Amino acid sequence: MRPVGRSETDSLYFSYPHFEPPQERAHLEDRAPVAIVGAGPIGMTAALTLARHGIASVLFESKATFNDGSRAICIARPSFHILERIGAVSPFLDKALGWTKGRSFYRGKQILEFEMPDSADEKYRPMYNLQQQFIEQFLWQAIVAQPLIELRWQSTVTGIQDIAGGMMLEVRDLNGTYTMPAEYVLAADGARSPLRKMRGHRLHGEYYEGKYVIADVQMPHDYPTIRRALFDPDCRPGGTVLVHKQPDDIWRIDYQLADDESEADATKEENVRASVAAVLADLDYHGPWELEWWSIYSANTLALDDYRDGRLFFIGDSAHIVPIFGVRGLNNGLADAENIGWKLAHVLTGRAEPALLDSYSPERRGATLDVFANASKSARFMTPPTRGWRLMRDAALNLALSHDFVGFLAKPRQMTPYTYADSPIVAADDQTFGQGSPVAGAALPNARLGEGFLSDHLGQGYTLISFDAALRVDLPDLVTLHLALETPAARVLGAGPKTAYLVRPDGHIAARWHDAAPDQVLAAFHLSQGRPAQ
Amino acid sequence: MTPQDVEAVYEALARKIDAIAPDQTEPFLAKLALLLAYDCADVARVQRRIDEAALNLDHP
Ligand SMILES: Cc1cc2nc3c(=O)[nH]c(=O)nc-3n(C[C@H](O)[C@H](O)[C@H](O)COP(=O)(O)OP(=O)(O)OC[C@H]3O[C@@H](n4cnc5c(N)ncnc54)[C@H](O)[C@@H]3O)c2cc1C
Repeated sequence: MRPVGRSETDSLYFSYPHFEPPQERAHLEDRAPVAIVGAGPIGMTAALTLARHGIASVLFESKATFNDGSRAICIARPSFHILERIGAVSPFLDKALGWTKGRSFYRGKQILEFEMPDSADEKYRPMYNLQQQFIEQFLWQAIVAQPLIELRWQSTVTGIQDIAGGMMLEVRDLNGTYTMPAEYVLAADGARSPLRKMRGHRLHGEYYEGKYVIADVQMPHDYPTIRRALFDPDCRPGGTVLVHKQPDDIWRIDYQLADDESEADATKEENVRASVAAVLADLDYHGPWELEWWSIYSANTLALDDYRDGRLFFIGDSAHIVPIFGVRGLNNGLADAENIGWKLAHVLTGRAEPALLDSYSPERRGATLDVFANASKSARFMTPPTRGWRLMRDAALNLALSHDFVGFLAKPRQMTPYTYADSPIVAADDQTFGQGSPVAGAALPNARLGEGFLSDHLGQGYTLISFDAALRVDLPDLVTLHLALETPAARVLGAGPKTAYLVRPDGHIAARWHDAAPDQVLAAFHLSQGRPAQ
Repeated sequence: MTPQDVEAVYEALARKIDAIAPDQTEPFLAKLALLLAYDCADVARVQRRIDEAALNLDHP
């Protein structure tokens, strides 16, 4: 929502482009290898992942421009690696605000300052703030430069049917209705997912009570990019407020509504203005500010039981809704998009078996359930649901004023990449490694390597990292990276002279061996491509 | 702990509860529980004590 007199896309800092529906119509009904419904951040990332692996796609978007407000603003480090792999990271690095630090306050007093894990071995910072319109704009720029992707604006998918060897979509735009067949379809159509409804699926999970107004203001506020959480502040007794800095002097103020505040009242402009003014006074900011945009958000944990329905895959918000604390809505969806993207590409180019696609739902739904476990903890702390949770939360916050050991409870449980330990395409972990190195299924940690980083040396497809110069495995789509035992990577990976790690296109470890042999590598490679053991 | 020690704690608690605002009893006791649990450093034992403390209280 925006102040009276300004349209949904009349922003103080962002110029919304206007995109026309396809004018050239002759090819509209041509079969596509992959159709993607929804050009939000997740649909666009899926298209770019497919393209990176050589697969063309058609992307449908109902709207004529990017989404109306800043929405998801926190991009986590693993997502920056995804953006790098799809060739889109550079404008993000130029514009986004990296951060490592958070501060929590209880009744105006600081009780905690935390640092997120960061080191010289990391190429990217743990978190970056950037408005969702920029995220979408930068992904769109990458799409425009990519001949394998056709993005059709103002094109709404109104029907979907199974046909032999694929699915048939019914599409409506200003010029009429048409059908288009595709071998596979990705539903990236957001939290209200029309495709989910068309196919009769429902989200399951928990609804939490707490509601937040999220408001953006523009102001020359002189404070570094440090996430602030205010518990029980003067401006909102009993409530919680979050404050984030974004580019272009935009500040995100999230504040929790009291139980007796109705959604309709809380989102009235004069009430938003009054609430924001009170927060700013608490922050000791007394300068000018302008209201840019606001919305309302609740803390639900909901997901589909299965992210796959035949040749249709649900990715992003269509598959799961997560609470805003811990900033996983966007980040979790980006990992979905990359996961299904490389798998579909490998199947469609005949490199892998269709069985590979069976691993999408267990891997990504597993990640969502893990997010839920953490998000539920965060939600209970940010918005205690009952007397017991509230009493203990307040006691912990109060105690944190004098004792450090409880302060960590106020830490946001930020995004760490999920370990696909139970995945059908991940080999059993080699137990002979010592503690501290990454297990099979985990995301490969980064390390300094030469002038750059280990991640700079990974292939487009699979990479075999070997500390044994004699280990050679010849496979199409596999790059071997021989590393010396003196490298920082050897330390991070707990390597011995014969250690090897097999890394997937999405940077997760498919298998690892303290003492690797070529036939083991072959077997793990086949497993990782959905082929039965040979 | 000797009976004298237990009595000293019992009296100190009574005095402190009287000294703080009446509506602060619950947070006070909750903070104290967290502090003592931290000192005790034995989760299983603390969990047992949590269950024992709930014995013979009215339950809804
Ligand atoms: C008001 C609001 C505030 C939010 N705030 C935060 C936040 O503070 N932090 C956070 O982490 N996350 C936040 N989120 C969530 C975050 O925006 C989403 O997780 C993220 O956008 C998910 O991306 P997506 O691509 O899956 O879905 P979306 O971004 O919703 O994109 C779906 C797209 O599909 C299109 N579409 C739908 N149906 C059709 C159809 N039939 N045919 C063609 N196109 C279709 C839609 O027009 C839309 O562009 C917020 C979401 C909302 C709505």
